[in-house]
Amino acid sequence: MSGILSAYIAFIVALNIIGAFLLIQFTRRIKVGDESHSYKDGELIAGHDVDGIQEMNNPLPRWWLWKFYILIAFGVGYLVMYPGFGSFKGVLNWSSAGQHAQEEEAARAEFGPLFQKWSATPVAELAKDEEAVKAGQRIFLANCATCHGSDAGGNIGFPNLTDNDWLWGGDADTVKTTIHGGRKGNMPAWGKVIGEQGVIEVKNYVLSLSGRKHDADAARAGKKIFATTCVACHGPEGKGMPAMGAPNLTDNTWLFGGTPRAIEETIRNGRAGVMPTWGPILGEEKVHVVAAYVFSLRNQAAQ
Amino acid sequence: MITLEANSPYNYTVVRQFAIATVLWGIVGMAVGVLIAAQLIFPALNFDTPWLTYSHLRPLHTNAVIFAFGGCALMGTSLFVVQRTCQARLISDGLAQFVFWGWQLVIVLAAVTLPMGLTTAHEYAELEWPIDLLIAVVWVTYAYVFFGTITKRKSPHIYVANWFYGAFIITTAVLHIVVSLEVPLSAWKSYSVFPGAIGAMVQWWYGHNAVGFFLTAGFLGMMYYFVPKQSERPIYSYRLSVVHFWALIGIYMWAGSHHLHYSALPDWAQSVGMIFSLMLLAPSWAGMMNGILTLSGAWDKLRTDPILRFLIVALSFYGMSTFEGPMMSIKTVNALSHDTDWTVGHVHSGALGWVAMLTIGAMYALIPPLFGKIKMYSTKMIYWHFWLSTIGVVFYIVSMWIAGVTQGLMWRAVNPDGTLTYSFVESLKATYPYYGGRLIGGAMFLTGMLLMAWNVYKTVSSDNDKVVAPVPQAA
Repeated sequence: MSGILSAYIAFIVALNIIGAFLLIQFTRRIKVGDESHSYKDGELIAGHDVDGIQEMNNPLPRWWLWKFYILIAFGVGYLVMYPGFGSFKGVLNWSSAGQHAQEEEAARAEFGPLFQKWSATPVAELAKDEEAVKAGQRIFLANCATCHGSDAGGNIGFPNLTDNDWLWGGDADTVKTTIHGGRKGNMPAWGKVIGEQGVIEVKNYVLSLSGRKHDADAARAGKKIFATTCVACHGPEGKGMPAMGAPNLTDNTWLFGGTPRAIEETIRNGRAGVMPTWGPILGEEKVHVVAAYVFSLRNQAAQ
Repeated sequence: MITLEANSPYNYTVVRQFAIATVLWGIVGMAVGVLIAAQLIFPALNFDTPWLTYSHLRPLHTNAVIFAFGGCALMGTSLFVVQRTCQARLISDGLAQFVFWGWQLVIVLAAVTLPMGLTTAHEYAELEWPIDLLIAVVWVTYAYVFFGTITKRKSPHIYVANWFYGAFIITTAVLHIVVSLEVPLSAWKSYSVFPGAIGAMVQWWYGHNAVGFFLTAGFLGMMYYFVPKQSERPIYSYRLSVVHFWALIGIYMWAGSHHLHYSALPDWAQSVGMIFSLMLLAPSWAGMMNGILTLSGAWDKLRTDPILRFLIVALSFYGMSTFEGPMMSIKTVNALSHDTDWTVGHVHSGALGWVAMLTIGAMYALIPPLFGKIKMYSTKMIYWHFWLSTIGVVFYIVSMWIAGVTQGLMWRAVNPDGTLTYSFVESLKATYPYYGGRLIGGAMFLTGMLLMAWNVYKTVSSDNDKVVAPVPQAA
C-alpha cells in the first residue's frame, strides 16, 4: 500500500469515527427555535408542525448514548489491535494469510502422521484398511461426488466407479495415476468425415457388438467403416484401449449414454471427457487415500 | 389518521398510481419468491423450461420485491409526503407521470430480460446496460421532482421524513451509476469496468448500501410520516432524529466489505467494514426508538387499529434485524453464517418484517383517503392480513435460522482423521424440513397480500356510504 493511500485511508477512517463522536456531543446539546429556550421532556417544539405532525425534543436515552460510546471505543480498540488503520498492521500483527498458514500447520501436525502412515501402504493393501477407506470416502464425497455421484455410481459423461469397468485401467497404481494427473478422453467428431449415412451404419455396427437390436445390413456396411476409421483407438474387435481411454464397445456399458440416439450423437459430434488433475489440489497423501477408496469399490463389485 | 381536504391543491394522481402498483408488484414479486422456494424442495417445478429455472427466477424475485414493490412504495409515499409536509404541489405533473411510467417500463423490461437469462451477474444490479441507462434517466427525473418540490416549500423547516427520502434518492443514484459502469459488448451484454477483488468490493459497496439506503433510509422516511400520523402523536425527539440521520448515512457507506470476510479483499478493508457495521447498531436503534417512543402514549390504539399494529411490528423487526446484522458482521460469527441460509433469513426479517410490513401499514393508511374513502372496505380483513404476515415472517426466519446454523455446523464438522464429517449433499438433505417451513411462511405472507389486493379493490370501487368521503381534487 502506498504512503498516500495509507494516509488517506487512515484519515477518512479517523474522520468518520471522530465525526460520530462529535455528532453525539453536538446533538446532545442541540437547541431548536428560540436559542435561549431549553425544551423540557414532552414539550412540543414551537413552529415544528407539518401536516399536523409535531415534534418534541426529548433528550437522547442514556443507555443508548452509552451503547454508542462503547461501540466507538470497540472500533478504536480493534483498529489498535488489528489491521485497518491505513497500512498500520495492528499491535497483534495479525493477518488473514497468517491465520490461514497457522491453521494449516496445526492441521498438518494433527492429521499428518496418520496420512503419512497410510500413504506408505500400497494402494491395493490400503483398500482393505477400513479406517483409511472411510477417510478416502469422506474426501471423495467432498471433492469427487459432484461428478461421480455420492455412491460413485457415475452419471452421463462421468464414469461409474463401482462396476469394475475401467476406461484407463483398473489396477491400483493406474487408478492413483488417474486421480493424481487427471485424464482427457477425446472422441473425434466423425459426422463430416464419414457422412450421415456412415454415422447410421457405424451406429448399427456398434449396437451389434454388444448384441443389441440393430439393422444387419447397415451393420455390415458399418463394419467396413469401423475397420478403417475407428479401429485405431477401439481396436479391431471394438474392445477398446485403456492406454488411450478408448472404451470397450462390446460390454454394453456406456459413458455418454447407450440409447441408439446417444450413440449416433457420439459418433457424429464426438465427445470430450475431462478428469481434473487432483494432485496439486488434494496433495499426494490424500490422492493415495482416495485411490484406496476407489480401488475398494472394485473389490465390492467383485464380491 | 390521514385526512385530505376535499379540494386540496396537490397532485395525488401519481400517488394513486404508485399505490396500486405497489400492491400488484408486491403480489408478483412474492409469488415468484414462493415458487422458487418450492423449487428448492421440488425441483420438477421448473417444468424443464429454461426461463422458469431457479437461476433465472431468483433475480426476478429480488428485483421485483426490492425495486418494483419497494420502489413503487417509496416513490409513491415520498411524492405524497413531500407535498403534504412542504405544502407545495409537485414541481411538475408531467415529469411525475414520466417517473411513474418510466419506472413501470423498467420493471416490465426486468420481468422480460431476467427470465431470458440476460444479466450482468451483479447481485441486485442484474439488469443489462440499456435498462441501466433508462433507470438513470428516470431516477434523475424523480430526484428533480422531489427536490424541486422541496424548494417550493412554505416553511423554512424541512421535515425529517424528507431528509431520509432525500438521502435515499441521492445515494441510490450514486450507487446505481457506479455499479453500472460497464463496457457494452452487444445490445444485451456488457462487462463491468471493475476487475477481480475491486469488482467484488464495488459490488458489495453497492449491494449493502442498496439495503442501507433503499431498504432502510427510504423506509425510515416512510416511518417518520406514517407512524406519527397514524398514532396521532408528536415525534419523540427531534435531536434523536438528527443524530440518527447523520450517523446512519455516515456509517452505512463503510459496511459493505463485511460481505467479503476471509476473501481476497485486503485485511484492512475487512476490519474497517466490521467495526463500522457494529457501530451501525447505534443509529439503527435510534431510529427504532424514535418510532416506538413516538407511539408510546397511544398503546391503547393498538387494540383497535390493525394499521398501527403493522407499523409497530415493522419497527420491532427493524430493531431485531439491525441487531442481527452487526452480529453477523463479526468475523467469527460470519465464519459460521457465511453462505448459509441464515443470511437468507436475516434478509427476509428485514425485507418482510420491516420493509413489507411498514409498506402494507402505510398503504392501508394511505389508500382510503387517496380514493376518497373514510377507511378500508374490511377492517376484519386487515386483521387477517396482519396475523397471516406476522406468523408467516416468524415461520420464515425461524426456519432459516435453524437451517443456517445447521449448515454452518455441518460444513465445519471434522472427523478425528481430519476429513470433513458431512458432504454438501448431506447438509442439503438436512435442510429440507426447513425449506418446507420457509415455504409455508412465504405462502402465508403471499396469502395476506392477496387479501389486501381484494380489500383494496373493494375499497377503491365501493360506493358504499359508510366508506365514501369527499373526493380530493383529482389532479
